[in-house]
Amino acid sequence: MAKISLIVNGNPVTANVDPRTLLVQFLRENQRLTGTHVGCDTSQCGACVVHVDGKAVKSCTTLAVMADGHEVKTIEGLAADGAPLHPMQEAFREHHGLQCGFCTPGMIMTAIDIVHRKGHELDDHTIREELEGNLCRCTGYQNIVASIAAGAKAMAKSDLA
Amino acid sequence: MYEFKYHRPGTVRQAANLLVKNEDAKLIAGGHTLIPVMKQRLASPPHLVDLSHIEGLDAIEMKGRSLVIGATARHAEVASSAIVGEAIPALANLAGGIGDPAVRHKGTIGGSLANNDPTADYPAAVLALGATIVTNKRRLKAEEYFQGLFSTALEADEIITKVMFPLPKKAAYIKFRNQASRYALVGVFVARRPSDVRVAVTGAGSEGVFRVTAFEEALKKRFAAKALDGIEVPAEGLNSDIHGSAEYRAHLIGVLTRRAVEAANAKE
Repeated sequence: MAKISLIVNGNPVTANVDPRTLLVQFLRENQRLTGTHVGCDTSQCGACVVHVDGKAVKSCTTLAVMADGHEVKTIEGLAADGAPLHPMQEAFREHHGLQCGFCTPGMIMTAIDIVHRKGHELDDHTIREELEGNLCRCTGYQNIVASIAAGAKAMAKSDLA
Repeated sequence: MYEFKYHRPGTVRQAANLLVKNEDAKLIAGGHTLIPVMKQRLASPPHLVDLSHIEGLDAIEMKGRSLVIGATARHAEVASSAIVGEAIPALANLAGGIGDPAVRHKGTIGGSLANNDPTADYPAAVLALGATIVTNKRRLKAEEYFQGLFSTALEADEIITKVMFPLPKKAAYIKFRNQASRYALVGVFVARRPSDVRVAVTGAGSEGVFRVTAFEEALKKRFAAKALDGIEVPAEGLNSDIHGSAEYRAHLIGVLTRRAVEAANAKE
């Protein structure tokens, strides 16, 4: 077993893990943060995207021990319970950017990463290129793209980054 | 995934000592090749040595007339680096086309080169630009470094520390991607160097990255797509699989090389 200490959604966490534990397993099974999903388990689909030190990564292809000493943010960390949603979450709700919802946590974490890197004014082409690593099997992407464009704009006016 | 012991050395020397002490130990940095392979139980190293916390190993800098990229520089860092964009824009462009944004936040140049996947992008750049692979023990020229499928000149306790790229006069990389895996079905890196022209191909060869000398000679005489008229790439020795036949890949090499030459010329 290996002892790891990291920040998860702003809270310091210390745990003993088997080194072969994937970050997504650690988040879901140890931390009970089941918003992060396992889709393909082969780093293709993006359902498992979380932020490590502010950057979108696929938590199914990251070991929990590699996150030791780092800061992890999951979909649960975007807005406090009962508080208004993060503007990107709100944009997905408003623009119907989901159907079954399985890919949505990863889509939203990727979307926020896109805004951090590319700014608040995103054209459709940029969004589609940047969604290379996130698969949705329901929507046909149209409303996801619309949601991200709107969410990006809304983030400019929000305190929640 | 089978059990292993995880090590996090602070220096390259410590990492090398761990490799010497633990037989069959594997290095890990971004993990985007090794972790999937371990999940499939195609590899089961008893020890993992994590290089990603060694300070300074990801540095990107100019040294004289060479662009020097540290082994743990991530694809996203190479893609967005102003230094790389200024020195060899084709290399920044290549790094920005690997996998997807989340993969680029983890994958490293050293990992890509150490693995030498026959469909990886970086080997084409390293071979075409005539880069030097610097390890904790020695310097290896690109020509001697790549030794076939997933094989390199690296010894068991040898660690890539950086890659030195001499600056070309012009260069471009064009990739025809497999839509599902995002790896190169065929990728061609063309570099017009001060003394010669090199054309390196990834994704197509059954022995990994290789050079197309017939194209190189023609392009040395005249660096234009027209110079390649009438020169065919033989399908012999190329991969045939469900994604494309050897003949199709041979055809793509010609098409992509012409596009790469045009792209390189357009960048003036």
